[in-house]
Amino acid sequence: MAATAARDLSSLSSVIQLKGVNKWFGQFHVLTDINLDVKEGEKIVICGPSGSGKSTLIRCINRLEEHQQGDIVVHGVTLSNDVKNIEAIRREVGMVFQSFNLFPHLTILENLTLAPIWVKKMPKKDAEEIAMGLLKRVRIPEQALKYPGQLSGGQQQRVAIARALCMRPKIMLFDEPTSALDPEMVKEVLDVMIELAREGMTMICVTHEMGFARAVADRVIFMDRGEIVEQNEPEEFFANPRNERTKLFLGQILHH
Amino acid sequence: MTDMPVGERQQLAPPSDDTGILGWVRKNLFSSWGNGLTTIVLIVAMVWILSGFLEWALFTANFTASTGSECRGGGACWALIREKFRYIFFGSFPYEQHWRPLFAVISMLAMLVLSADRRMWNWRLLVIWSVGSFITFLLMFGQLHIPLSLMLFVALAGGTIGLAMRSAVADPTERSAYYALIVIGLIGLALRIFGVLPSWSLAIAPLSYVETSLWGGLPVTLILATYGLLFAFPYGILLALGRRSNLPLVKGLCVGFIELIRGVPLISLLIMASVMLPLFLPSGTTIDKFLRAQVAVILFAGAYIAEVIRGGLQSLPKGQFEAADAMGLNYPQKTLLIILPQALRVVIPPLINTFIGFFKDTSLVLIIGIFDFLNTANQALVDPNWAGFPGEVYLFAAFVYFIFCYSMSRYSKYLEVELNKGTRR
Repeated sequence: MAATAARDLSSLSSVIQLKGVNKWFGQFHVLTDINLDVKEGEKIVICGPSGSGKSTLIRCINRLEEHQQGDIVVHGVTLSNDVKNIEAIRREVGMVFQSFNLFPHLTILENLTLAPIWVKKMPKKDAEEIAMGLLKRVRIPEQALKYPGQLSGGQQQRVAIARALCMRPKIMLFDEPTSALDPEMVKEVLDVMIELAREGMTMICVTHEMGFARAVADRVIFMDRGEIVEQNEPEEFFANPRNERTKLFLGQILHH
Repeated sequence: MTDMPVGERQQLAPPSDDTGILGWVRKNLFSSWGNGLTTIVLIVAMVWILSGFLEWALFTANFTASTGSECRGGGACWALIREKFRYIFFGSFPYEQHWRPLFAVISMLAMLVLSADRRMWNWRLLVIWSVGSFITFLLMFGQLHIPLSLMLFVALAGGTIGLAMRSAVADPTERSAYYALIVIGLIGLALRIFGVLPSWSLAIAPLSYVETSLWGGLPVTLILATYGLLFAFPYGILLALGRRSNLPLVKGLCVGFIELIRGVPLISLLIMASVMLPLFLPSGTTIDKFLRAQVAVILFAGAYIAEVIRGGLQSLPKGQFEAADAMGLNYPQKTLLIILPQALRVVIPPLINTFIGFFKDTSLVLIIGIFDFLNTANQALVDPNWAGFPGEVYLFAAFVYFIFCYSMSRYSKYLEVELNKGTRR
């Protein structure tokens, strides 16, 4: 996998802006002064030790978690407690979870068409057409009428990606999408993600797949103890980490 | 040993002494000295008890006696049941009109059997229950008066629910039908409230009127249980959802209600409904005693069902809620499409358990003088000509209750398998 050439992103418009975001779980300060600006089409990989707040960070973007201080602006909409606001943002932001979270009582096809039909009020036929197209893209159209429990982990995660894409989101969030997979299934999921990245989707991925980061990321962010410790383009990030904590972390995940 | 690939190896039959009836008996009943001894002792005990029972219930039983005294001395007096079964099944309903409760029972059973089939779980269910309930109550009352305001309200509710449930999939014609219903309902109700429309009701009166105090027996038990559960079920769901609400007031009210109802015996609720409620109502207004008992029963069952369903809601992984949220589903969509279908599947066994317990609990209405099936059976014993055979009557009543409860139990099993068909690996 060849590294992408560094792109000049400064001219592009921001789709996600986090300004001075702070969050606490009870007394525990889980996010500290997070500032992040994501440009349209940018691919960001977030890594860091467990408990460093990386999942919490992306879950704040679509309000699965509520931040207590600072501003989060997604596609020009500032997150607030207004339900309409939250729903508007969720329509634009797709999310893929570590544990897939497919709906076990619905077929694969129904999993995909649910949101377009009920949230976008799309006619069922159109929704199914889009869904089948996406299932072809993730290479499992023949599973459309099966239930999630009948699929392998890798297949389920590809369905989850297709399900998120069915809403035609502008931004995709990935929360450790390959961590719950058996090793032989990681590649099939990463391949789909790489394809998606090449098509220009704006992506924020929490992952420790450094090969993926090298292949598609415009920027790698290292988080520790709720802070963004270091960020850089992948070449530079892996070759010359500047912060001691980054060096330690990279040493732990790359050399064994 | 062999280099053949696994898939091509010849499949061998299992050893022969593991198969067939003899094989099964040897393996399961007489696998060891201890096992064999247990088997023999249990079989002897079963034969002994069963032969004693059959002797009483069948071989020395009297099926034909015309009075109680003829019956005495022998085995079971089934002649009593023969003499009294119409009273036990239909209570004080006018004797020559007994075909009415009979067909009402048949109509209710048909309704229950039809709605047990999963293929009916759509608009058909609504048709089945509307038609079935109409027939049942028309037969029982003989005459129905449907007020105009109720019809208008049904139009309004039907239009609203239809629009809410089917807005995504309805074509324009269907949608305008819902709007028409809502408009008719709203305008009609407004005119009715301001007195422009007169108080009018549609009278359907093909039969003689029979008031609820004369109802008795199996139809009463079935109506109390069926409609009790029919209304308690959605009500219990709402309570369970309310109990998990983020709004403190809603949550508090639901918890308070559930705990209050669960904390008192059904009998005290029934007595409150029958004795105390009329004291609070403005004089002149009366609510039928049967209806009051039915409401008490619904409130009671609702609280229990709510707790069962809460168990199902709590068993769902958090990820299911999050995935639904992340897709932008709103609360009603998330609840109806994702959460409830899964939560209800999980709680089928405890839910049916509650239903069964509750079906039997309806017999407590005898406390406030409603003649349900157990009460009419009990009343059959009062006849001095037939005094002294409680065993036969209660055994018969138990047998009828068992048929219903065992059917529910089997249905629970079927439903569990049926609903989990696709989702198992």
